[in-house]
Amino acid sequence: MNDMVEMIMTLLIIIAKSIAILVPLLLAVAYLTYAERKVIGFMQSRIGPNRVGPFGLFQPFADGLKLIFKEIIVPSKSNRYLFIIAPVLAMGPAIAVWAVIPFDEGLVLANINVGLLYVLMMTSLGIYGIIIAGWASNSKYAFLGALRSAAQIVSYEIAMGFALVGVLMAAQSMNLTEIVQKQNGGFWHWYWLPLLPLFLVYWISAVAETNRAPFDVAEGESEIVAGFHVEYAGIAFAIFFLAEYANMILVSTIAALLFLGGWLSPFQGMPILESAFTWVPGIVWLLLKISFFLFLLLWIRATFPRFRYDQIMRLGWKVFIPITLIWIVVLGIAIQAKIEPWFG
Amino acid sequence: MQNIGDVMTMQQVMFYIFSGLALFAGSMVIVSKNPVRAVLFLVLTFISMSGLWMLLEAEFLAITLVLVYVGAVMVLFLFVVMMLDIELASVREGFSRYLPVGISVSVLVVVALVSAVGPKEFGLEKVPAPAPYPVDFSNVKALGELLYTQYLYPFEIAAILLLVAIIAAISLTFRGRRESKAPNPSQQVQVRKADRIRLVKMKPEKTGEERESGSII
Repeated sequence: MNDMVEMIMTLLIIIAKSIAILVPLLLAVAYLTYAERKVIGFMQSRIGPNRVGPFGLFQPFADGLKLIFKEIIVPSKSNRYLFIIAPVLAMGPAIAVWAVIPFDEGLVLANINVGLLYVLMMTSLGIYGIIIAGWASNSKYAFLGALRSAAQIVSYEIAMGFALVGVLMAAQSMNLTEIVQKQNGGFWHWYWLPLLPLFLVYWISAVAETNRAPFDVAEGESEIVAGFHVEYAGIAFAIFFLAEYANMILVSTIAALLFLGGWLSPFQGMPILESAFTWVPGIVWLLLKISFFLFLLLWIRATFPRFRYDQIMRLGWKVFIPITLIWIVVLGIAIQAKIEPWFG
Repeated sequence: MQNIGDVMTMQQVMFYIFSGLALFAGSMVIVSKNPVRAVLFLVLTFISMSGLWMLLEAEFLAITLVLVYVGAVMVLFLFVVMMLDIELASVREGFSRYLPVGISVSVLVVVALVSAVGPKEFGLEKVPAPAPYPVDFSNVKALGELLYTQYLYPFEIAAILLLVAIIAAISLTFRGRRESKAPNPSQQVQVRKADRIRLVKMKPEKTGEERESGSII
C-alpha cells in the first residue's frame, strides 16, 4: 500500500515537472509568433501587430482564440483517421523532446545517458506528421509539399547527425548535461570554435529540419499554396503551426547547449567581468543564448529568398555531408593530439 | 525506495503493453488493405519493439532502431508507397484460390519455429534474468568497446559490404553524365551587376502631343 502511494507520488511529481516545462514552452511559442511578426515587421519598415493590447502584446491569444472557434473542415475524399492524427504526430515529438533538455545544472526532467540520440530520434519522428498530413489530405498541393519535405528532411538529417557525432566525440558523452559541463571554462572553451564547420552545418540543417525559410519548400506558398497543411483549418492548422515554432525553439536550445556552452556564463575566466556576473543564474544565460538563435532564425527568414529544390538537395548531399565527414576525421586527430583547451 | 516486487510488476506491465502492441501492429501490417496504413503499422511495430529493447536496458540499440528504421528507412518506404497507385480489386483477386496454400505454408512455418525455439527453450531456468546494471553504466561505451576490439573484423567487413552495396546501387542506376540544362550555382553566385545590366544615359524626349502644344503640362 505504502509503495503504491509512493509510486503515485513519483508520477505526480513527474507530471508537475512536465507541466512546469510545458506551460513556459507554450507561452514561448505564442510569443515567438508575436516576436516573428514584430521583428520581421521592423526589418521591412513596418510596425507589425499593434492593435490588441499594449504594443499588440495580446495578439497571440487573439489569434489562438480565433483559430479555436473556427470550424475544422475534413475533406470528404480524405483519409479521415490519418487526417486527424497527423497534427498530433507533428506536435507530439516536438513536445516529447523537452523531457531530456537540461535548463541548468541538475534542472532536467530525465537525465538519460543517451540524451543526444533521444533528441535526434524525436526530431526525426516529427516528419511523420507532415508526410501523413500531405497524403491523407488527398490534395495535389498537400501531397507535393509532403514529398518535398520528406526528401529534404531525410537529406539534412544525415548532415545533422554527423554534426552531432562531432559533438559527442568532443564531449565523449551523449548526456546533454555532461556535454555542457565539458565546455566549462569560458567563451573560448565552448565547442563552437573547435567544431566551427559542424556548428555551421548543424545550424543550417536545423533551419532545414524545421522547414523554415529559406528551406520552406514544403509550404512554398507561391508554388503549392501552403504545402502539406493546405487542407487544414482552425485548431488543426494551429497545431501544425505550434509544432513548427516549438521545433524552432528546440533547435535553438540544442544549438545553445551543444555549441555555446548551455547555461555557462560567457564571462568565465575573464578577470573583472566574471565576478561581476556570478549572481546571474545559469538559466538566464541559456535563455539569452536561445533568444539569440531564435532571432537569427527570424533574421534569416527576413533576409533570404527561398531555395530552389535542386539547390537544397545539392547543398545537403554534395556540400554538407563531405564537410562533416572531413571534419570528423580532423576532430579525431585533434582529440588524439589532446589539443588544449578543449580536448586536454 | 520501492521494493523489488513493485518494480517487477511495473516492468511486467510495460512488457505486456509493448509486446501486445507489437503483436497487434505486426498483424495489422499484413491484414490492412491500404499499403500506406500497413507501413504506418510497421512503424508502430518498430516503436513497440524499441520499447521492449529499452526494458532490456539496451537503450542505445532501442533508440538507434527508431532513429534509423523509423526516422529514415520507413520515411523513404512511405515516400515510395504513397506514390504507388495500387488497385485493391486486383490485389484481392484469387484470395480464396491461394488460401489453402497460404494456410499450409504458414502452419509449416509455425511448426518449424515452435520445434526450433519452442516454449521449452525459454524460462528462468534456461535463461536466468540478467542482473540490472548500475545507473551510471554506459551501454554505448560497452558496445563500442566490443565492436572495436573483439568484433573489429566482422564490423569492418560489414562496413565494407555496405560500401560495396552503395557503389553497386549507384553504378547500376548511373547512366553517365547527362548534358543538363541546370544552371551552375557557382557561376550564378559570381555574377556581378556589370555582367547583366548596362546603364545608358539618354536625353529626355518629348512625346508627339507635347511637341504639338509646345509645352509640358
